[in-house]
Amino acid sequence: MKGASKSQYGRDPTHISGMPNRARTPYKPRLWRKRYSPCGDLHVAGAIQDRYIQPMIRELANPTRFMSLSGTLLPWVGGLAATLLAVGLYLVWFTAPADYQQGETVKIMYLHVPAAWLSLFFYMIMASSALGTLVWRHPLADVSQKAAAPIGAAFTLICLVTGSLWGKPMWGTYWQWDARLTSMLVMLLIYLGILALWRAIEEPNRAARAVSILTLVGAVNVPIVKFSVDWWNTLHQPASVFRIDGPTIHPSMLVPLLVMAVAFTLIGVALHLSGMRTEILRRRVRTLTILEAERLDAQAA
Amino acid sequence: MSHTFFIGFSYIVTALVVAGLILRAVIDHRIQVRALADLESRGIGRRSRRG
Repeated sequence: MKGASKSQYGRDPTHISGMPNRARTPYKPRLWRKRYSPCGDLHVAGAIQDRYIQPMIRELANPTRFMSLSGTLLPWVGGLAATLLAVGLYLVWFTAPADYQQGETVKIMYLHVPAAWLSLFFYMIMASSALGTLVWRHPLADVSQKAAAPIGAAFTLICLVTGSLWGKPMWGTYWQWDARLTSMLVMLLIYLGILALWRAIEEPNRAARAVSILTLVGAVNVPIVKFSVDWWNTLHQPASVFRIDGPTIHPSMLVPLLVMAVAFTLIGVALHLSGMRTEILRRRVRTLTILEAERLDAQAA
Repeated sequence: MSHTFFIGFSYIVTALVVAGLILRAVIDHRIQVRALADLESRGIGRRSRRG
C-alpha cells in the first residue's frame, strides 16, 4: 500500500474499494489539451479544465468528503421532498380541477408524468456517470451509476403501470404497441438488464466498465422515448408541458403537476444520495473483508 | 369498473413502490453500517470513518 495513502482522490484512496488500482493511478492531464493547445479556444478550455474542473472533480472524488457532504444534505433534501409531496398532494386532491373530458381520471397524470420524467432523468444520470467511469475514471461515477439504476427502474415501472391504468378508462385498453409505450417498455428492460449485469459480475471495476458500455448503448433509447410522439403517429398524446410554444395545460393543473414533479425529483435525489452512501459503505466492507482474509492467509502460512 | 378504481390503484401502486425504495435504502444502509462496525470492532478497520 506504499504511496497509496496520499493521492489525487483524497487521503485514503482505498476507501472506495474495489477500485484501488484506479485510485492509485497518478493524475495525468488530458492528452487532448496538450495536443490541441496551439488553438486558442481549446487552450483556454484546457486552462479552465485544469484550474476549475479538475480540482472540483478531485474534490468530489474523495469518498470521505462525499460522505460528510451527503450526510449533511440528505436530511434537508428528504425533508424538502416530504414537504413538497404533501403540498403537491393537497393541490392535486383539493384545488386542481377535474378535466373537462377525462373527469377525475386526470389525477393519475400527477403521478404518471413525474414518474416518466424521472425515468429519463435517472437514465441521464446513469449515462453521465458511465462517461465519468469510462472517460474520467471518477471513483464515485460507478457508485452513482449503481445507485441510480434501481431508482430509475422503479420510476419506469410506476410510469408504465399508472399509464396502463390511465389508458384503460381513457383509451379502452391497458396496452397498445405504440411507439411511446413500447420505447418506455424497452427502457424498463434496459434498466433490468443493467441491474442484472451489476449482479452478474462480482468485481466492481469490471462490472462498472461493462455496465457503462451497456448504459451508453442504451442511451440511444432516451431521445426515442422523448420524441416518439413526434416521429410516429401514436395513441399517446404529444408533449404538453415542455414545448417550444409553451405548455398547453391550464395553470390550475400545471402548478400541481410541477410541484409533484419537483417533489418526485427530490425523493429520487434523496434516494440516490442514500444509495451512493450505502454503496460506498458496501465497498469499504468488501475491502476490509478481503484484507482480513489476506491477513488470515498470511497467518496460516 | 369505475374510474375511482383506476385512480386509487395508481396511487396505491406508486405509494408501495416508493415506500419499497425507501425501505430498501434504509435496510441496506443499516446492514452495511453494522457489517462495517463489526469489522472495525475486530480491529480490521484502516483509518476509515463512517459517514
